[in-house]
Amino acid sequence: MSAVADDFAASHGLSRREFLRQLQALGGLLLVADGVHIAKAADAPKYGADGMPHGTVDNPLVFLTVGDDGWVTIVVHRSEMGQGVRTGMPLIVADELEADWSRVRVQQAPADEEKYGNQDTDGSRSTRHFLDPMRRCGAAARMMLEQAAALSWNVPPAEVRAVNHEVLHQKTGRKLSYGTLAKRAAKLPVPAASTLRLKTSDEFRYVGKGGVPIVDGHDIVTGKAQYGIDPWFKDMSFAVIARSPVLGGSVKQFDGNAATAAPGVQKVLQMPAPVPKATFHPLAGVAIIANSTGAAIAARKLLKIEWDDGANGSYDSADYRASMQESAHKPGKVVRESGNVDSALQSAPKTLEAEYYIPHIAHATMEPPCAVARIIAGQVEVWAPTQAPQVTREDVAKHLGVAAQNVTVHVTLLGGGFGRKSKPDFAIEAALLSQAMDGRPVKVTWTREDDLHHDFLHTVSVEYMKAGVGADGKVSAWLHRSVAPSLATIFAPNTNHEVGAELGMGFINMPYDIPNLRLENPEASAHCRIGWFRSVSNIPHAFAVQSFVSELAASANKDHRDYLLELIGPARKIDPNSLQDHWNHGESPQRYPVDTGRLRQVVETVTQEAGWGKKFARGRGLGLAAHYSFLSYAAAVVEVDIDEQGLIVVPRVDVAFDCGPQVNPERIRSQLEGAVIMGLSLALYGEITFKKGRSQQDNFHQYRVMRMNEAPADIRVHLIPATDWTVPLGGVGEPGVPPIAPALCNAVFAATGKRIRSLPIKDQAKRAT
Amino acid sequence: MELQINDQTITVVAEPDLPLLWVLRDLLGMTGTKFGCGMALCGACTVLVDGVALRSCVLPVAQTAGKKITTIEGVGTTAAGAALQGVWQQINVPQCGYCQAGQIMSAAALLQVKPDPTDADIDAAMSGNICRCGTYPRIRSAIKQAAHQAGQTK
Repeated sequence: MSAVADDFAASHGLSRREFLRQLQALGGLLLVADGVHIAKAADAPKYGADGMPHGTVDNPLVFLTVGDDGWVTIVVHRSEMGQGVRTGMPLIVADELEADWSRVRVQQAPADEEKYGNQDTDGSRSTRHFLDPMRRCGAAARMMLEQAAALSWNVPPAEVRAVNHEVLHQKTGRKLSYGTLAKRAAKLPVPAASTLRLKTSDEFRYVGKGGVPIVDGHDIVTGKAQYGIDPWFKDMSFAVIARSPVLGGSVKQFDGNAATAAPGVQKVLQMPAPVPKATFHPLAGVAIIANSTGAAIAARKLLKIEWDDGANGSYDSADYRASMQESAHKPGKVVRESGNVDSALQSAPKTLEAEYYIPHIAHATMEPPCAVARIIAGQVEVWAPTQAPQVTREDVAKHLGVAAQNVTVHVTLLGGGFGRKSKPDFAIEAALLSQAMDGRPVKVTWTREDDLHHDFLHTVSVEYMKAGVGADGKVSAWLHRSVAPSLATIFAPNTNHEVGAELGMGFINMPYDIPNLRLENPEASAHCRIGWFRSVSNIPHAFAVQSFVSELAASANKDHRDYLLELIGPARKIDPNSLQDHWNHGESPQRYPVDTGRLRQVVETVTQEAGWGKKFARGRGLGLAAHYSFLSYAAAVVEVDIDEQGLIVVPRVDVAFDCGPQVNPERIRSQLEGAVIMGLSLALYGEITFKKGRSQQDNFHQYRVMRMNEAPADIRVHLIPATDWTVPLGGVGEPGVPPIAPALCNAVFAATGKRIRSLPIKDQAKRAT
Repeated sequence: MELQINDQTITVVAEPDLPLLWVLRDLLGMTGTKFGCGMALCGACTVLVDGVALRSCVLPVAQTAGKKITTIEGVGTTAAGAALQGVWQQINVPQCGYCQAGQIMSAAALLQVKPDPTDADIDAAMSGNICRCGTYPRIRSAIKQAAHQAGQTK
């Protein structure tokens, strides 16, 4: 960490370690904030998992055990939130281990990064970063079992081979089961990584096949699955908290007498005062602890609290939008430039401009934030649906004033994550309340209102685009200004530009072949908690760029698909550094160039599969969008059917996706199906607005999300097979979302001639008649 | 107060207006039924009361006394419930899985009245159940397959 970074950390009141951790949590080793490049490591840069706190661990003794009974237990250290990691990671280990999947059990690791390696389950990183270490775990254990068998038979190890939970002596046909060999194998040294014999891809039994049911399926459908909201003890108390409705606000005074007297209430107490920067701290407020969550919710209504709103009490999202629009029409900080945009715009025969808007979006995980904590003899135990186990452990320890080794964080299943549950404020709350109850187990549950009022919201954004177009319809000049408060504001409140990790999400790393280009990032400040939401800044950037390309194609009277392919240009591998993207999702620019050939291929595939070019009656149409994010390539074609009232029906969506090699194609498909529906949901309805610093949406009647009767029944996912397993993996959980909103809006244009530049769509699709 | 839950008689002390959801989850430790919104908007808390799908987050417990309550922990004893649970696993419906208990309860209630539901029937019965992960196409498919299976075993 450089001196500049130290200065920055000091000026923002952060400890060096805390600052580094926060940077890394953002996924960015290089952060651009306050106009300076900081945290530029003096040493050679570390990429991928090596750049994450605690990196990776590939010790089989940490990740798997083989019992005498032959059962193999595989430890998963990443959090399951529906992306399939509890199936996918053990699948990799089991495959290299040559284990029989029907004799594999999965065990969730508690928070302990020194033991397991990095556990921050975000950034679409788990499989990308842990495929190789998990393969090495499985292969090392397999070789130890083979070695044990060879010793038992007194034959050279080369003569034995592990096959489906047994080791076979090929010459004699003798076999020993894994259970029989377990004890002897465990005493052998773990072979060095350089000596491991990994499988060739044609030897895979499970990896890439997709025939394995998800490991938690039975528990989920029978109600046995344990989420963060589910741990239950006989002597447990249940809490809800009335939190400051405004970020940075505090309790001026409160009257808890009526609440204290309500049925079932055990305690009413004030939460700790707020701190200047939000980070993951609990918000100020008043907690009600009762004998049931229902009793606590009822008693909370009786609280009389006078709030001090603080500086954000005037935040109004409509006014703020206007101020962002103003900024978007003025020059801002240049973050990438080539050629001369101003003269190219002046000399262009035609120019086109457009402005796009994306509002705040709430995660609205079906399981709201919640956690359980208890303290016995100074040992703190927390059960939490957390995407960031180690951060949870450290933050709980810090807030309770105990050492981290005295805090155990049990990672439960997550009832949805989408980035919300990377911020463990809810777990800290549970721990603080247990402490206030002398260590008794306390469960904190956020009501849906709490969730929608106090989320770490997806940023709000105005994107201004202007292009110069030649007589041939080609783009000669491209100006893009992105205005959006940064998620770094929760760590450093004065941040007023997007950080590297945000700029590198489809803004500065836009790979189109345009001679004159300038990208600017005017200032923006934050007035509510901004956090990462599935796909993060790719959502506004993709919406603007992919909508604008459609507008340019229409203006040039060209087919959108052909126009997009021409703009992408020929297949080539672009060094992200040449695009001023020094972040590149934390990955090596050599290993992960931007590959326009792969981007072309998803566009070509999705349009072909969706029957691009089909003629429809007025009111129906197809829309296209493509976007590269999280090192994967995605393109979507959305079909719409819109009636006179503007009601949008989406009968079908096609997605083409290239994430490199596919470990568990079945869960990749399910992630993309879900991405389609989440993308449509946010485009059609998703919006949190603010008045007087307060979120205006209370529950699902005001913050709508897509339902069964609105969802496309026909989602077709077209996975592009990787050429081979040397291709590095891309992410899966997030890259499916960004193309959906622009593809939908482009389809609305195709069907009705109406351009949607502001989300959510709501009733904007009424046909222009 | 005495409740009939999953064919068992259970005695519980609770305020009469406490929603059934919290009686199940907090007083009895039956946590399969989930909390999602508290306003009957999302369906995560769906249970069957005398075979009808109801949102337990807004259902005062006193109103369920003497009625037959079925939760996700007990729905597998019915033919439709078992078929749904089986197909749900076969085609890997869940992602995070949190809403799926409520989805299965709504689907079980649907199959009791419509053993061979149309898409419109599925829309009508299932649109009160939100899935933020977006598993709707698989839920639709699973209901049809379970209906088909149950029909064959009759």
